[in-house]
Amino acid sequence: MFLLAITISFIIQKIILAAIIIGGSLGIALYATWAERKVSAVMQDRRGPTRAGPFGLLQPLADGVKMFMKEEIIPIFSNKFLFILGPSLAMVVALMSSAVIPWGPDMKFADGTSFSLQVADINIGMLYVFGVVSLGVYGVMLGAWASNNKFSLLSGLRAAAQAISYELALGLSMISLVMMTGSLSLNDIVSQQHGFWDGNWFSWNVFKQPLAFLIFLVCSFAELNRAPFDLAECESELIGGYHTEYSSLKLGFYLFAEYISMFITSVIISTLFFGGYNFPGMDAVAAMVPSPLFSIICALVLLTKAIGFILFFMFIRWTIPRFRYDQLMNLGWKSLIPLALINMLITGAVILYLNK
Amino acid sequence: MDIYQIIFWVLSIFTLGCAIGVIMSRSPINSVLFLILTFFSISAHYVMMNAQFLAIVNIIVYAGAIMVLFLFVLMLMNLNSDTEPQKNFLIQFAGVISGGALLLVFVAAIKSTFTGLEGKTIDLSQSTDIGLIKNLGTMLFKEYVFPFEIASVLFLSAMVGAVVIGKKDKHLAPTE
Amino acid sequence: MSFTISDKSKLVDRRPMTFKDKIYLPAILGGLKVTLGHILKKKATINYPEVQREFSSTFRGLHILNKDEENRERCTACGLCALSCPAEAITMESAERKPGEEHLYREEKYAAKYEINMLRCIFCGLCEEACPKDAIYLTQTFAPANYDRKGFIYKKEDLLIPNK
Repeated sequence: MFLLAITISFIIQKIILAAIIIGGSLGIALYATWAERKVSAVMQDRRGPTRAGPFGLLQPLADGVKMFMKEEIIPIFSNKFLFILGPSLAMVVALMSSAVIPWGPDMKFADGTSFSLQVADINIGMLYVFGVVSLGVYGVMLGAWASNNKFSLLSGLRAAAQAISYELALGLSMISLVMMTGSLSLNDIVSQQHGFWDGNWFSWNVFKQPLAFLIFLVCSFAELNRAPFDLAECESELIGGYHTEYSSLKLGFYLFAEYISMFITSVIISTLFFGGYNFPGMDAVAAMVPSPLFSIICALVLLTKAIGFILFFMFIRWTIPRFRYDQLMNLGWKSLIPLALINMLITGAVILYLNK
Repeated sequence: MDIYQIIFWVLSIFTLGCAIGVIMSRSPINSVLFLILTFFSISAHYVMMNAQFLAIVNIIVYAGAIMVLFLFVLMLMNLNSDTEPQKNFLIQFAGVISGGALLLVFVAAIKSTFTGLEGKTIDLSQSTDIGLIKNLGTMLFKEYVFPFEIASVLFLSAMVGAVVIGKKDKHLAPTE
Repeated sequence: MSFTISDKSKLVDRRPMTFKDKIYLPAILGGLKVTLGHILKKKATINYPEVQREFSSTFRGLHILNKDEENRERCTACGLCALSCPAEAITMESAERKPGEEHLYREEKYAAKYEINMLRCIFCGLCEEACPKDAIYLTQTFAPANYDRKGFIYKKEDLLIPNK
């Protein structure tokens, strides 16, 4: 059976890789909270955190200590098990999709061994991502219901309805991408976008599927519960949303999970539409440096793209006011889904025409 | 016993435990959560059979969409054990009869499967690629295209029904 | 034809959204242009305790009681400042100078107790103008925060200018 092929060294390799990826994601999410404050500050002509360390770089640490030291309150009439399960689930789901992302080409060492920079190259990577996204709503819903607070419950339901609605358009925009690439494996999708110019046209998918990219981007905003679609939280108009009853580290988990998902989503958008770890002139670089170093350069390129998207998410958050709930639903059901369907049709027609 | 078998037994016991939890738990929310766990462990079984596509689709469709809607409805209803309506004797009787009939069908199905397999061996290492997306797609659109299309018509009719229910009735609409 | 007090009022545009409005994207890009433009702008905030904003030259802050060039208190407890104070923030008690205290007080009468309630004070500067002896001045600092109201009643020791 296929499980017998797994050797101990393989398992150790994968565990190390997973640890690096999870640690890296946590670190980047930590500094995303800092970046969010700085971005909001410079956009509003302020300074942002400056006190903790140089440029306020230790601010995430101070925030963490604050969250840690606060009193932890579990409401008496809440379902204690689910109340704790909610934030944990949000965190786990946020970290899960990083498993199928190809962070760089394989490292080939001089002794002939190679080391893959992808935890699991499953042939349905994209569906896996989609599945994990669809599970993301459980953390919010369970936490909201277990709080035994009607406001939490209502905003949990709002979040769930929003997530389900936008998942559809997200999936449909992915389908047109899959029709074009002919594969669900993220590894294949990235290697198809090799370099930047394939002789006739840009090789990155964003130039081939701009509409799908746009729909995917808008839906990721909604799936992340981020402004302008942060109606689940809506802190300035309603109460705290689904985490009204949460305090201390469990609240921190919810808030932090949002930043982790933002990072992972940015990586996925870069992978699907912006060429993943590919960059212009990568063949020349590959010829110059040894393979392990080249893999690391590629991983850094992917990180740079992802950080660019994180910044974009932040710019949008501090620019646009929040959608009203009916506007949100109208946009999702009446605009994005038909657009995604039309895009699917056009993609199919073009593929048929080109293959004729 | 190799590692594959150990995983299989652990997973099977877990699946059955969750399935029993679905019908044994008092709170409907717990029941649904057990059902979600059951779906996950069934998906794990699919992965064991190298049918990753089925596994992930099972999670997306059932755990990710249908069960969310179930939870949605259950959370909105005030379901306590004391507000549970008293069931009519006739309904209980009908439930027992239909449940028993279903059990009979299952037993018969399992029995015929075992009798059909007598004297045959299954080479698991050969026929495990059917769950992969390419083979599954070819199979669905070549051999089973008619049932597949029938199913899609069924979905279409369900969608039309939902639209009809959801549409505002102009005659019955309250005056604004 | 609508009456407006100033010409700054702007009527809300109630026209139905055009296609350009409906796809949101131009509006979003316009918004991004505004917010991204602010990245390069000068920050309105200053790093307060290290950098302090300059007061205007006419700023009136905390009071001090002045001394003369021989380091003697100028105040003679005439009470004109208290009289002129519109907020009634100043109270004082006078005392007679004893022989041997000439190096402390300039005149024969001096203020034994001199209090200003900074919570009442409106920093109008009338006391400064009323003083015939040039004894009270308003400085360019403001009253720091305090934990209780008593702390805002400044005694003579708090107000006297330190020894030169």
